Amino acid sequence: MQQALSSALPAAHAAPAARRRGGPGGDSVFEWACRLAGVFVLVLLGAIIVELFIGALPAFRRFGLAFVWTELWDPVADEYGALVPIYGTVATAVLAILLAVPMAFGIAFFLTELAPGWLRRPVGTAVELLAAVPSIIFGMWGFFVIVPIMAQVVQPAVIDSVGELPLIGVLFAGPPFGTGILTAALILAVMIIPFVAATMRDVFATVPPVYKESAYGLGATRWEVMRSVVLPYTRTSVVGGIMLGLGRALGETLAVTFVIGNANRVSTTLFGPGNTIASLVALEFGEAGEGSLKLSALLALGFILFVLSFIVLAISRLLLRPRAKGA
Amino acid sequence: MSGATLTGLPPKDSAAASRLGRRRRRRDRVMTGLAIISTVLGLLFLVSILFTLFWRGLQAMGPQVFTEVTRPPGSGGGLLNAIIGTVIQVGLGTVIGTPVGILVGTYLAEYARGSRLGNAVRFVSDVLLSAPSILIGLFVYQLLVLPFGGFSGIAGAVALAIIIIPIVVRTTEDMLQLIPNTLREAVMGLGSPKWKMITLICYRSVMSGLITGVLLGIARIAGETAPLLFTSLGNLTWSVSLTQAMSSLPLTIYAYAGSPYEDWVSLAWTGALLITVSVLLLNIIARIVLRKA
Amino acid sequence: MNETANSRPAQSARAAAAAGVTAARSDALNPARIAIRGLDFFYGTNQALKGINLDLPAQQVTGMIGPSGCGKSTLLRVLNRMYSLYPGQRAEGEVLMDGQNLLAPEIDMNALRSRIGMVFQKPTPFPMSVYDNIAFGVKLHEQLSRSAMDERVEWSLTRAALWDEAKDRLSGSAMGLSGGQQQRLCIARSIAVRPEVILLDEPTSALDPISTLKVEELIDELKRDFTIAIVTHNMQQAARCADQVAFFYLGEMVEVAPAAQLFTAPKQRRTQEYITGRFG
Repeated sequence: MQQALSSALPAAHAAPAARRRGGPGGDSVFEWACRLAGVFVLVLLGAIIVELFIGALPAFRRFGLAFVWTELWDPVADEYGALVPIYGTVATAVLAILLAVPMAFGIAFFLTELAPGWLRRPVGTAVELLAAVPSIIFGMWGFFVIVPIMAQVVQPAVIDSVGELPLIGVLFAGPPFGTGILTAALILAVMIIPFVAATMRDVFATVPPVYKESAYGLGATRWEVMRSVVLPYTRTSVVGGIMLGLGRALGETLAVTFVIGNANRVSTTLFGPGNTIASLVALEFGEAGEGSLKLSALLALGFILFVLSFIVLAISRLLLRPRAKGA
Repeated sequence: MSGATLTGLPPKDSAAASRLGRRRRRRDRVMTGLAIISTVLGLLFLVSILFTLFWRGLQAMGPQVFTEVTRPPGSGGGLLNAIIGTVIQVGLGTVIGTPVGILVGTYLAEYARGSRLGNAVRFVSDVLLSAPSILIGLFVYQLLVLPFGGFSGIAGAVALAIIIIPIVVRTTEDMLQLIPNTLREAVMGLGSPKWKMITLICYRSVMSGLITGVLLGIARIAGETAPLLFTSLGNLTWSVSLTQAMSSLPLTIYAYAGSPYEDWVSLAWTGALLITVSVLLLNIIARIVLRKA
Repeated sequence: MNETANSRPAQSARAAAAAGVTAARSDALNPARIAIRGLDFFYGTNQALKGINLDLPAQQVTGMIGPSGCGKSTLLRVLNRMYSLYPGQRAEGEVLMDGQNLLAPEIDMNALRSRIGMVFQKPTPFPMSVYDNIAFGVKLHEQLSRSAMDERVEWSLTRAALWDEAKDRLSGSAMGLSGGQQQRLCIARSIAVRPEVILLDEPTSALDPISTLKVEELIDELKRDFTIAIVTHNMQQAARCADQVAFFYLGEMVEVAPAAQLFTAPKQRRTQEYITGRFG
């Protein structure tokens, strides 16, 4: 094991590589060490894809592409499909974004345009500290604080008020357990609000003051300056920040595991229990034996999650890149 | 001058303008109010989390938390093995990951400016920065746990190292890019080789930034749970062997919080309080280090 | 300075201008449109302007010159209360317009800025079309029909001597215009709101000589309708454009006089030294 570890360290390769090149002393050794470390990062990503795929191969062989849209997840019969966790992952992440973005925008608006100078740093730091809280803490907080509130206050009230309505009512049907898709989305939203807010604040801060002053100079209010100058000016980066939040929401494990309700079926109601890819893998991994088809199915889920979040994160990075370059 | 065709000012309707102005001010006030409510709500979340942590975490707090290992339900016990396990794995992960991260960051800032390889590395590193940590756990499970016959502390440390690398890469590159080129030219102008310029001058001039990056990285991996589930698994007995399954605070919290035993749940809250306070303190220290520079 | 003394002559001057009597540049200054009285300005504890007294004559151009950091740009930012955006900046004294103190806390700053427009050193086109750039400011203060808005856009672009160049690309992004065109667009955007006063903060310092010339011609043209204050580093520009020139040094206004007089026979030694290029 130690060997496997040290071979993963690029510095170990650096010296021989430099000697092969016959570089004159320290300069080429150091440059090659740096370059190899860079290549190592690429190799790392490739290795993650390959290892997950190798692990997933038995499941993909057995179930084919139908794995993706099969609803059944039955460890007893050894039959697995990914539809439920994929649905749960996408539903909770998208709901979380819908809940988080307006609030994150509000916080960023407050921090960049509204807050008096003495308040900006403490509030900004508090938001960043919220982002630093480990996800398992959000899970516990959600389970012990938010779930009871949802079960006793929010869900009964919603069921009484809109539960009877046609169409919309379906979304809020079912007994008020407190856990479920909506609660998971809520916890996810609380988790990603600080990320998205901090990104938006940093992006808003890149707008040159003279543009804002031009709009103020025409008599615009703070909101009008935000809406008509700052937002159009930063549009791509703002979307990039939102995608970054979405990427985080897709792969979040423990905050969701505590509150999703853990049920392997697609429920139409937002109060219904469900599963996300990450929560299912975390919950059922312990019962999956080495070499079992179930383990392979879980790794296949991991592979699908990787593809999903890679796409989202790649888009986010491409959108955010102009800002990084401008800095 | 073409303006000569249209002289004079169109008449101004001041009553309409002030009506419009009132409506605009009202909308501005509404949006301002919503922004303030969002901020207050966001701060309330933080306060609620901290309050819950202290309220429930202090109930089982005592010296035994730091002196005794985890025990079966109903027989007391502490979190010593979990604390030690976290310190070992986080420490080892940091020691493995930091040099790699600094080298990659150095490559991006000093050698790869604008090169295709550099852009690819930067992109991949940034994607890894936000990649779901559970996948890192599954990866290391496939790489180190399955082939080498079991869950181990070293596998946990490697998973954490992989997570800390892109964090250190980001801060290292950002910090090095803050160095003005005139400084580099001044050093090179003395006939110094480039690697000496980087290691002796550049690193030193951004030392506090590098330290901040490492501290933030430690804060991030200290609370990671998902990657450890598949690598070091957790261990309810005393073990500091790197080749055995190893306990850690997040895993113990996870196991205890979901248990039906009241004393375990209580201890989970104590562990949660410990880990959160450490993580937030690390963040605050990192900020102070950076500001002092 | 009271209300009647301040506003009536200004109106008569405007009437004269409307009747086609274009004020030729001469030593004769019109009555004040804006009167600055005993103005002090502070960035935190740092005093940037000390006891400024200055009249901006109606429908004429006041040039403000002086070395960097002398407070001339700060003075512009006081006139439309731009400084109020930033904590720690405050002004004391009076800036009177129609007998009203613009520094008073109860002043509606949005309405004030619709009366006192501003153009900055760097062109600041908003990231939208040429048309929308103009319409943006207008919509803040007026609800116009589509056709009225079209007219307004044409009017303001024409006044800013940009219509011929921009009429075929109104829906194109304003970012695609050249620097000089962008700056004239910013002037058009400003006058489309129909302010009474226009503040120009080194409007040509980022432009090439030909664009600079166009903007200077434009200033000459605009003063028939607007009272103009221009901050400039360039003394030739002040001599070409301004009817009245004020020289600032270290936060104080050293001297103010009709342009010809200030440049040919300055009364103060420091003014003399500055315009002959001995410092700054």
